Amino acid sequence: MAKLMLGNAAVALGLRDAGCRLVSSYPGTPSTEITENAVKYDSVYCEWAPNEKVALETAAGASLAGARAFAAQKHVGLNVAADPLYTMSYIGVNGGLVVAVADDPGMHSSQNEQDSRHHAEGSKIMMLEPSNSQECYDFTKLAFSLSEDFDTPVLLRLTTRVAHSTSLVESVDDGEVPLKDYVKNPQKNVMMPAMAKVRHVFVEERIQKQIAWAENCPINTIEWNSKKIGVIAAGITYQYAKEALGDQASYLKLGCVYPLPVELIKTFVASCDEVYVLEQLDPVIERHCKSLGLNVIGKEKFTMCGEYSQSMIKKVILGEETSNLSVDLTVPGRPPVLCAGCPHRGLFNALKEIDANIFVSGDIGCYTLGSLAPIGMIDTCICMGASVSSLHGRNKVRPEDAKRSVAVLGDSTFIHSGITGLINIAYNDTNSKVIVLDNSITGMTGHQQNPTTGKRINGDPATAVDLEALAKACGISRVLVVDPYDIPATKAAIAAELDVEAPSLIISRRPCALLKEVKHAPAFKVDAEACVGCKACMKIGCPAISIKDKKSVIDFTQCVGCGMCKPYCPVDAIKEGE
Amino acid sequence: MTKSIMIVGVGGQGTLLASRLLGNALLAQGLDVKISEVHGMSQRGGSVVTYVKYGESVDSPIIEEGEADIILSFEQLEAARWLPFLKTTGKMIVNTQCIDPMPVITGAATYPTGIIDSLVAAGANVVAVDALSLALEAGNPKAVNVALIGVMAKATDIPESVWLDTIRATVPEKFLDLNLKAFALGYNQ
Repeated sequence: MAKLMLGNAAVALGLRDAGCRLVSSYPGTPSTEITENAVKYDSVYCEWAPNEKVALETAAGASLAGARAFAAQKHVGLNVAADPLYTMSYIGVNGGLVVAVADDPGMHSSQNEQDSRHHAEGSKIMMLEPSNSQECYDFTKLAFSLSEDFDTPVLLRLTTRVAHSTSLVESVDDGEVPLKDYVKNPQKNVMMPAMAKVRHVFVEERIQKQIAWAENCPINTIEWNSKKIGVIAAGITYQYAKEALGDQASYLKLGCVYPLPVELIKTFVASCDEVYVLEQLDPVIERHCKSLGLNVIGKEKFTMCGEYSQSMIKKVILGEETSNLSVDLTVPGRPPVLCAGCPHRGLFNALKEIDANIFVSGDIGCYTLGSLAPIGMIDTCICMGASVSSLHGRNKVRPEDAKRSVAVLGDSTFIHSGITGLINIAYNDTNSKVIVLDNSITGMTGHQQNPTTGKRINGDPATAVDLEALAKACGISRVLVVDPYDIPATKAAIAAELDVEAPSLIISRRPCALLKEVKHAPAFKVDAEACVGCKACMKIGCPAISIKDKKSVIDFTQCVGCGMCKPYCPVDAIKEGE
Repeated sequence: MTKSIMIVGVGGQGTLLASRLLGNALLAQGLDVKISEVHGMSQRGGSVVTYVKYGESVDSPIIEEGEADIILSFEQLEAARWLPFLKTTGKMIVNTQCIDPMPVITGAATYPTGIIDSLVAAGANVVAVDALSLALEAGNPKAVNVALIGVMAKATDIPESVWLDTIRATVPEKFLDLNLKAFALGYNQ
């Protein structure tokens, strides 16, 4: 019987049913739930790796050892893993190797909107793109057989709306796939110039074979309806087009987005009066069509930025719009915020109390929200780990500002790629102050274990990285631990440390308030009689505190009793709950 | 004919469980179902939305302006925000709870008054319900989501018994009584 499954969960089931033995990933929205679901299957070994490069290399090692293996990441994660990816293209596989990459058109939870199809083209690795949960399942299984048939890793491209949509899935477990023999073969597996030159020729020949396959494969299909309008689409955009145009158009649906077929596209275009290429982000398919001399319509009528939708397609192609209601009110926005009780709020407020103009080199995680009002403390945010390395660069050119400059990043991000930056600070000597916001979990992606938490993905106990000892081993002799719930003490300790002419690692340690094992105190209350309505407690920027009838009130449905607001009240009107 | 339901609210209000219950109830009816939601950054106290679509065969998993048959809003301001997504003939179910967004907390914006009246004036078919009180009556403020599902269940053509079976199959044993009570309070509004 068909089951309702999240796209990512369907990929995970496909992994089990294809006999995949090893999954190594780093969390990243919208890819995280693939690995979180795969761990439920006993036949699939799963782990969170410290970063995407380690994850993909782990999967590569398992593949070369003869097992079917898999790694998942978000689009920017594939940049981190690009180094092994591009060379695994030359080496190929032994057991099938599938690499999932989840793009985020519209940037629901990302720092850029890159189109990872360019990585397929760049690395010359075949890429499949499903459009619903059933295809997530089917394409995952197909990807393993293609990987072994063509001796190549295979990329599985998801987008947010496929990864995070739930639809029906029918499945068949194909049972165990035995380990393939491992035979030493340096000509294939040791990539140095003499061998790689030979393998590059193999890669180019492989692409030609894959194009021939793509011309007549089960996942590139034509659906004939009216031939007045033709649509070439892949992934979620196909679903949008179907909903917008129904049988007023014919469809060429491409399940394989790299390499692209030639004759199939030519035949389709020749049969339709006008053909639209509908693809979010970059005009990859459109350029391919135009390079074949085909007259198709694409980005001249559709945007490069953000997501497509059924109404956008309906409006552009059919000129139809949907009527709707509108309300005569100014509706304030509701941007995401640090949760009530978030320890990051304490750390940011302590920094602000020291100096509201302190330079904060930010990083990727919940704490990036520290850039929004009313906290407003983050100056820069580039990519995972960049807070540490870029602070070093800043301090090299503005050494006089080093005492008013810090980097902030989470425990998981520090392990991912902050450690190498810290080593650079020690080695190339700047007075850089790095603050690790250690909340005992990978937070933003929804609570994943990491090498600092003492637990593995399945909850088993694990060796935990000792951050204090690690800093010392890197050559950072000054290590300080603070509790961000105690804002006055955190402020005093960091203020003193900023004045020291040496690099420091400051660990701001307090578990995420949303963790199951964190016990909450009863919600705090404002004594309305005592409250003078001075709004001092509002400075902390807690979503549970608001002003009603000129008095401060604490929302009991949100407050977790962290008590960080209490010292801000000059008349002691904030009381512990009972 | 595809039907579209949107569940909107504030991150942390339990909209995800509500959409899962709805999806499972629809599946039990033998329908094609697609549910779409965005996880990650927007969940941290931001405006969250879940799309649920069902029918013989569903293509796009998302719902756009003028397409929702029902909008179930967990919060008043969010009802106003998402009103343009309601079909002109659709139904808007609104929990009367108000949660100040950060721009209101910081004083950069004000929380509008008279939202329910404005929704009605805009031509919407509005059902307003104090679900927080229902949840407290059931025994726990966290049961707001299931109380609201109860209200919405009445507006769908799915029999009550299917809803009850779905709750039994979806909710953990130790919260079952609480949730059944909350559902009944909403359903019998």
